[in-house]
Amino acid sequence: MQFWIIQGLNSLSLGGLLFLLSSGFSLIFGLMRLANLTHGAFFMLGTYFAAITMREYSGLNIWVTALGAGLAVAAIGGLFERLVLTRLKTNPLGQVLVTLGMSFIISDACLVLWGGDSIPVPTPHNLQAPTRMFGFVFPTYRLVLVGCAIATAVALYFLMERTRLGAMIRAGVDDRQMARAVGIPVSNLFTIVFCLGAGIAGAGGVLGGPILSAYPGLDADMLPLALIVVILGGIGSLLGAFIGSFIIGFIYTFGTALFPELAYIILFLPMIVVIAFRPQGLFGRVGA
Amino acid sequence: MKWIASALLAAFLLLLPLFAGDFYINLASQILIAAIFALSLNLLVGFGGMTSLGHASYLGVAAYLSALLASRYGFGHGMAAIISITGTVATAAFFGVIALRATGLGFLMITLALSQVLWGLAYRMSNVTNGDNGIAGLTRPMPFGILLDSAAAFYWFALIVACFAFLMMAIFVSSSFGSSLKGVRDQPRRMAALGFNPWMIRWITFVYAGFWGGISGLLYVYYNKYIHPTSLSTTSSAEALLSVIAGGSGTLGGPVVGATLVLLLKNYASAYIERWNMLLGLVFLFIVLVMPTGIVPGLAKLTARFRKGSQ
Amino acid sequence: MTPPTSEYALEIIGLNKAFGGLRVTQDISLKIRQGERRLIIGPNGAGKTTLFNQISGDMRPNSGQIRLFGTDVTTLAPYRRAHLGLSRTYQIITLFTGDTLEQNVTLGLLGLLPSRWQMWRPLSSYGHLTTEARRTLDTVGLLHLADHPISEIAYGEKRRVELAMALAQRPRVLLLDEPLAGLSNSERSTVKALIASISRQTTVIMIEHDMDTALDLAETVTLLNYGRVIVDGARDAVIADERTREVYLGN
Repeated sequence: MQFWIIQGLNSLSLGGLLFLLSSGFSLIFGLMRLANLTHGAFFMLGTYFAAITMREYSGLNIWVTALGAGLAVAAIGGLFERLVLTRLKTNPLGQVLVTLGMSFIISDACLVLWGGDSIPVPTPHNLQAPTRMFGFVFPTYRLVLVGCAIATAVALYFLMERTRLGAMIRAGVDDRQMARAVGIPVSNLFTIVFCLGAGIAGAGGVLGGPILSAYPGLDADMLPLALIVVILGGIGSLLGAFIGSFIIGFIYTFGTALFPELAYIILFLPMIVVIAFRPQGLFGRVGA
Repeated sequence: MKWIASALLAAFLLLLPLFAGDFYINLASQILIAAIFALSLNLLVGFGGMTSLGHASYLGVAAYLSALLASRYGFGHGMAAIISITGTVATAAFFGVIALRATGLGFLMITLALSQVLWGLAYRMSNVTNGDNGIAGLTRPMPFGILLDSAAAFYWFALIVACFAFLMMAIFVSSSFGSSLKGVRDQPRRMAALGFNPWMIRWITFVYAGFWGGISGLLYVYYNKYIHPTSLSTTSSAEALLSVIAGGSGTLGGPVVGATLVLLLKNYASAYIERWNMLLGLVFLFIVLVMPTGIVPGLAKLTARFRKGSQ
Repeated sequence: MTPPTSEYALEIIGLNKAFGGLRVTQDISLKIRQGERRLIIGPNGAGKTTLFNQISGDMRPNSGQIRLFGTDVTTLAPYRRAHLGLSRTYQIITLFTGDTLEQNVTLGLLGLLPSRWQMWRPLSSYGHLTTEARRTLDTVGLLHLADHPISEIAYGEKRRVELAMALAQRPRVLLLDEPLAGLSNSERSTVKALIASISRQTTVIMIEHDMDTALDLAETVTLLNYGRVIVDGARDAVIADERTREVYLGN
């Protein structure tokens, strides 16, 4: 019984982490039709940001760090989008390739700057004490992570459904040319969305830090996870990213607990099954 | 003019070991292997219009199967090669069915995701694959009893295989199937209306590309006498994609030129710069922003302009 | 076993298609006889091309049936319908711009042949195919341009190549989607003469937006509006029908 509850909670926290990682990816893909292969690197930048700054200033608040990292990574993303991606509007394949190239540059830069060893990110003091529930203990921070994911999901929902910016984004996702025709500044929107996506990834990297630690190769570990969640949940659907994150969280956690050697296959199996029966993903639109 | 250039090139390639040192002969062997790999990817990218970021899967599967069969299960190289290639083709057939449920970016993402499974498996299933240590101490085959341990001998072996591969792929793309493939790349709806089965055409090409990817994988593991999970990594797939794009997709010579440049860059840059990945990334940015159609078409345009100008 | 035959080349029964809340095809039923020349007209947005897309298989209807010579093709993939004798042209040019006219038509001929799977001989080595391609180009008056790339010929000539590719396969049912659109007057009469000369072995169904140009090619006319069949019958009867005038005068 205890096994199931612990694994269940682990699943939730993994799902939360995955949503923080993949929501930005889904946003960018949905509006810009761009598979942002730099996304894992953006996430990793956030983790390194947290690891380095919190090593220097031990009293630093993780929430402030997340905000700082989010803004910094958003700025980097914005520069990249403006200087490189906009030049490749007519070359969607080229866009994907430069995001790949950028991910190599960032990951090697991290290696050069901060070395090959894994750098931990400390769990915030007030969340270090474990929570007692149902007669056993569970790391509090992991539960908090779920809360962060839900908060992000709610914030994004409000942004997309209740603000003018969100309405413009949704119009752009549905029909880019029509949106342009009615005067929506699509290219500025692209930059905003790219910054937003990158920023969420950066902030997510900070929040995931206490669990993952900053290490070279984190980006390569994270990117496929974002891909799987978005392919499974459906391109351009935040709801799909949310549900997909938790589905993957559950399947992966229980799968690795029960069959540790087959971890990677278990991770990809739901995606493969969904694609076989529904190529547009669980919540995606046909022809996306 | 073309004939003279081709004859000179052929002579150069054939006689290379007679005037170059072992370092250069080995470099040439690596280029040949990379060229076959890039050519196989270009069947998909250039001629099929399907951009894949998971082509390293086929190089890796063939290499690992051969390594395991030969070193652990005592198979002879010939049998191991046959089984490895069969396994690679089966993998390509299976992956193709999954990936071709989508096109464009969806296809790209699925191929990337699938190759990451294999990469992860190679790392984690260490009791089979030896994980991060890789499998070492492998031997080269002895076709017809000829030893391939010297740099020159292996080079000529690789050259024969590469020429054969190039020839087979050239025949493939200029055949009527090749024409239908290019047609599906350019106007899939029109082709379907004419009676062509776009999915089947793409899938067959996918499997054929996987076959030649596997051949390059065999050469790869024979050359290095060692295999490691990095051969299955995204970097490995990306290098091949860069070769195709830098050289010029949609031509037969392009990927060869691209593979040569990427490999030379890798070799010489690593003497001065520690971080190959960063350089690879910058080269990606440069090529895509400055020379999106690649070097071979770029040069062709230049020579055409030259000829027109001198008239 | 002989395939089921029917006196009707194309039968559409209760076809429905909706995009979300927008119903683009509403309960359309049509019967078109073998050898008939049918014109489908209607204002913009009436659902004419959507109907064609469902007949050719590019779109799947939500409900209803499509029968080609008695065979139910409603859910059949487009390429299979080509093998049952269906051919179509598109509103936009969908030719292979880098290739010559002869290469385009030769590729078109290959679509129904087993040799399309062959992987060693180049297409250009199939003498009988290239001869047939040239013969087809001759029937549309473009033999003199056979070795020119598509990118170098005029728009009207491209339209004739599209027609040539569709006719080369000797289809039993030919769908022409606005074949006269964007053509100059002289080009228009050339293409009209070509359509008029198509053998009775082929059933021709045409969409035209501009009624006047295509009327003399038609024997029967179907008027669509808002995805529904409004009037359907012999040409003169449909023209004289009050409802036709309503639909067009209302625009």
